[in-house]
Amino acid sequence: MVRPYALIAGRTRPSGQAIDLIASVCAVRGASAPDFDCEPEHLRLLRMCRVPASVADLAAGLDLPLGVVRVLIADLRDHGLVTVTGPATAGLSDGRILKEVADALRRL
Amino acid sequence: MPYADSDPAAALAATSAAPFAIKILIAGGFGVGKTTLVGSVSEVRPLRTEEDLSEPGSGVDALDGVERKTTTTVAMDFGRITINDDLVVYLFGTPGQKRFWFMWDELAYGALGAVVMADTRRLADCFPSIDYFERAGMPFVVAVNCFDDARRYPLPTMRAALNLTDDIPLLLCDARQRSSSRDVLVALVEHALARLSAGQQVTPAR
Ligand SMILES: Nc1nc2c(ncn2[C@@H]2O[C@H](COP(=O)(O)OP(=O)(O)OP(=O)(O)O)[C@@H](O)[C@H]2O)c(=O)[nH]1
Ligand SMILES: [Mg+2]
Repeated sequence: MVRPYALIAGRTRPSGQAIDLIASVCAVRGASAPDFDCEPEHLRLLRMCRVPASVADLAAGLDLPLGVVRVLIADLRDHGLVTVTGPATAGLSDGRILKEVADALRRL
Repeated sequence: MPYADSDPAAALAATSAAPFAIKILIAGGFGVGKTTLVGSVSEVRPLRTEEDLSEPGSGVDALDGVERKTTTTVAMDFGRITINDDLVVYLFGTPGQKRFWFMWDELAYGALGAVVMADTRRLADCFPSIDYFERAGMPFVVAVNCFDDARRYPLPTMRAALNLTDDIPLLLCDARQRSSSRDVLVALVEHALARLSAGQQVTPAR
């Protein structure tokens, strides 16, 4: 088995609710160290999302395939160590937000 | 609404600590300039993704003649533009071929819209992308990348060749130029805004 997949012990589907590519992952404050048989990557992930980080940012940062990172995130979520929120699609039908984005891009 | 007068993005962000995230897709055939465009407006990083090709509806048929594998790894371009603490734009560059559509269904969910890149020397390469976004009812613009050795055609000629309706923005770009890539993104956001004002659906349902 290729190493990243060994990491998730052949599991390819994360448990629980779907985790979007731009969902935000945040470590639960005050959560104690993982009490399950975790991999070093779980710990790295946990450190990386002390401030909220998107799933895509985490996968690129860990240089692991997206599917693998999703399973790792789901493990941490199952143990109450991270929360996964969004994406908030409501903003896309808010003209003010779109205007703000257009204006900001124009200044690039 | 409790935040009627305040900065809208800030108000949204206040309900969750994370910034509001906007997703834009960059699609088009091989070598059309996707990586170049994402790289000229943002810091691009490769993102590895993988899918189970044995799943129904994953376009395995298109792989006839290619050795059957159950999983494949695909590299996606991934760029990030941090607008402010409350607002981030994510760019995802993916190949447009039908066999990559399995990635798009997820990418398209909750996306603001897409940029379809075209090359006049291989115009047909962008047809699957246009088909996809038309079907998904998602806002998109078509950016014709100006390669040095490519013949230039008037925009109306290209619009006709692409069979694009008048409401879809069609523009020329040089993906190597930051200002040009930026203009393409601005055109997309304005198009999404125009559709919103016209009361058209912006976000495709999953
Ligand atoms: N003249 C010119 N060359 C360009 C332009 N955009 C991209 N190129 C060049 O075209 C080549 C391919 O561009 P890429 O950005 O790698 O294309 P891509 O769509 O990411 O390609 P794949 O990922 O292989 O599908 C590179 O050598 C770029 O430098 C452009 O607007 N004008
Ligand atoms: Mg590329």
